[in-house]
Amino acid sequence: MSEFITLSLFASTLHLSVPVILPMLGGLLCERSGVVNIGLEGMMLSGAFGAVVFSYLTGNPWLGLGGAVLSGLISGGMLAIMSVLLRGDQVISSTAINLIGAGLTAALVPIIWGIDGTTPSVPKIPTLPLPLLPQLPVIGPLLGELSMIDVLAFALVFIVWWVLMRTDVGLRLRACGESAAAADAAGIAVTRVRIAAVILSGVLAALGGAYLSIVTLDLFQASMTQGRGFLALAAMVFGKWRVGPAFLVCLGFGLADAVALRAQIFTDELPHDLLFALPYLLALVALATFVGRASGPADVGKPFRRA
Amino acid sequence: MSLEPPLCPAAIRLTGIDKRFGAVHANRAIDLTVQSGSIHGLLGENGAGKSTLMKILFGMIHADAGMIEIDGAPVTFRSSAEALGAGIGMVQQHFSLIGAFSVTENLIMGRATGSLAMRMVRRLDLPRAARRAQELSDCFGFGIDPFARVSTLSVGARQKVEILKALWGGARTLVLDEPTAALSPPEAEELYALLDRLRAEGTTIVLISHKMPEIMRLCDRVTVLRDGAVVGEAELSGKDLARPAVRQLIEAHLVQMMIGRGNPELPQRAPKEGPLILDVRGLTDGVQFGPLDLKVHGSEIVAVVGVEGNGQSELVDLLMGLRKATDGLIAIDGHNVIDWSTQRRLDAGIAHIAEDRHATGVADGMSLIDNASIGFVDGKPFSTGPWFLSLRQRRLLTETLIERHQVRPPAADIPMASLSGGNQQKLVVGRELARAPRLLIAAQPTRGLDVGSTSAVHRALLDLRAGGSAILLPSLDLAEVFAIADRLVVLRKGQIVGRMTAAQFEIDQIGRWMSGSQGDPAPGPPCPDAPKQMDTAL
Ligand SMILES: Nc1ncnc2c1ncn2[C@@H]1O[C@H](COP(=O)(O)OP(=O)(O)O)[C@@H](O)[C@H]1O
Ligand SMILES: [Mg+2]
Repeated sequence: MSEFITLSLFASTLHLSVPVILPMLGGLLCERSGVVNIGLEGMMLSGAFGAVVFSYLTGNPWLGLGGAVLSGLISGGMLAIMSVLLRGDQVISSTAINLIGAGLTAALVPIIWGIDGTTPSVPKIPTLPLPLLPQLPVIGPLLGELSMIDVLAFALVFIVWWVLMRTDVGLRLRACGESAAAADAAGIAVTRVRIAAVILSGVLAALGGAYLSIVTLDLFQASMTQGRGFLALAAMVFGKWRVGPAFLVCLGFGLADAVALRAQIFTDELPHDLLFALPYLLALVALATFVGRASGPADVGKPFRRA
Repeated sequence: MSLEPPLCPAAIRLTGIDKRFGAVHANRAIDLTVQSGSIHGLLGENGAGKSTLMKILFGMIHADAGMIEIDGAPVTFRSSAEALGAGIGMVQQHFSLIGAFSVTENLIMGRATGSLAMRMVRRLDLPRAARRAQELSDCFGFGIDPFARVSTLSVGARQKVEILKALWGGARTLVLDEPTAALSPPEAEELYALLDRLRAEGTTIVLISHKMPEIMRLCDRVTVLRDGAVVGEAELSGKDLARPAVRQLIEAHLVQMMIGRGNPELPQRAPKEGPLILDVRGLTDGVQFGPLDLKVHGSEIVAVVGVEGNGQSELVDLLMGLRKATDGLIAIDGHNVIDWSTQRRLDAGIAHIAEDRHATGVADGMSLIDNASIGFVDGKPFSTGPWFLSLRQRRLLTETLIERHQVRPPAADIPMASLSGGNQQKLVVGRELARAPRLLIAAQPTRGLDVGSTSAVHRALLDLRAGGSAILLPSLDLAEVFAIADRLVVLRKGQIVGRMTAAQFEIDQIGRWMSGSQGDPAPGPPCPDAPKQMDTAL
């Protein structure tokens, strides 16, 4: 059993949680501003796809990241137009984003590459080892396997927390989510804040998708995000819309994923499919037991209109 | 009633303000001039267009036509941020505070200046803002904890936070939209003193109200709105006004202008002695309420007054079975109902007009038919069998209620939300009266209603009384209590601290019982320069 719990389990936990953390941050910002976003999954898929397309066309994986950002701006922008500007039902609008994200990316693969399902390899982001860190005692072996990209993703957790909870911009955003009318009366441009938050959630989710397609792997596959957008949503709810707890839940999902991967190597008795369902089962249990007590932003889901 | 020509330009001048919401013409070419350093009343029934006009001034609503001048200079506000910047603060009719935030966060939200980038990285200086909030609160004698979560504050304290918020940026003009609607009399009294003081310090105040006493008491001048148009103005600060006869004449005239007819008279009522219906003994919830004894007879309206949060809601909840009593006895017509469920108590002849209409009284999105028949559905006459409700019967009931209580518009199929508050309440009252209750618990049945709807509700309650029912009336509105109650009890900290019959009603004694003090509260410390020169860069 001791080989089971190894350093690499820890490292893979971190790796596997990044593509849940990024969309979780996006969803959290979006919902704290008062817009329900269950479209994270679709946004991730388009992000993963955009990254592969740009990396393929330019041969430069960093421009691939740019492609993910662009697709995030588009999917976030679409949701912002539907749910904030046109005041459509937010659940339906973001479901549309999921459907478009899944359908369009699957349809475009054969159009661009001429083959169904999985794209050929494209240039991926190189693993940039961190300077100094691996040499440090204790945390060196623990964190040494992390790349720059991972560290940036974890830094984003802190940045989002700081901006949301400690700055004026965050206070405005939270005010819009708690009571759009009160925020409006206080001179906050509710519509503008919400549009910005929705678009940002698109970008963060898209980066999460890109992490899967051009950091972990080097290709795009139809529905390759495997429900991580929904896991992110579950983490957000389970973490009660707070950055720290939601982040820990994401790590928990990453750990479950990592355990499933390991168990696959170490045992043949357990069916693999069941193991890979572990994070999802965890999410299900978490939501079923805690969602009743969850308290989201008071005004989430309600379109705001000025007279 | 002479007025010296103003030396300085008016603080606010609105010219030809016009606004339509679809078919509703909310403001019709309104002209309004507010003199600097005065309290200007804006009087009108619900739906007259008062809030719309002031929201236009505050930049929250854009007028279709018209001009706004502040201190003589024309302005166009695209948002309330710009109005705040120009020194206008507004306390909205409905609370516009965020319950999940602390007092300080509510005060500073949206107020920081500087570039977006700076505001995104720089830490909010909450401790400094809290200190200033404390100073400001102390200087008005508000006693508000800047770190308290707003959701934990009483309604009165929230109203004070609203005022702090409006004054926070150093506003020179303060608009208050029905600020006393949710306040108890002592709290309202405190607010009046505060407004007097602000005026003395040079703040210009616009006070929206449909309560005559506060308009007469505070305002230097009043403008009356009806159906979106200005129907009259009056000067209230002249020397003649000191004479009660003149005041009464003006007051009657204003009411006439406001409602378009004379003040509605309530039917005469003679004291009657009915049988004992409600008998409460030693009732307590084991926490802060009780033990309490209370008797209500048939043909009797007993008011329960007190500062909000002193046990009125607990009393109602205990009587309705919504809160568990740990000891005591509640008898209805001699049957002890203390262990009965709410449903059984309703069946035993208790009816309840809920204090918070929106939370528990009506379903906004459902039709009038649905709202009128809620609570009746499991019995005759709507059910023809165990599974079906007769829509025809329900429609019939709804239309009867609409007609009997003059609900406007008289359409049974429209959603409840499209009715004004007064008309919603008329339907709710009608629904509860239709149960022909032995005991009606009417919790603040006219909160926020205008004169016309209020007297309709009062008339309905008096009709029920004439029919021999007992009525318990928890109310924050002493004018209402004086108008229709036969007796009152005063609650303080969950105990009855005073009782009076209608013949003995005396407002000062009631006020002393409510506040638990014998003398007047000491005035707050002087505040030399706040809130005028406050730096808003946070
Ligand atoms: N945002 C809005 N949309 C549609 N109608 C409105 C809106 N705000 C107010 N109204 C209507 O305009 C009229 C005036 O409302 P309001 O200014 O709130 O009156 P008051 O404050 O005097 O009670 C009412 O008939 C009301 O129904
Ligand atoms: Mg109003």
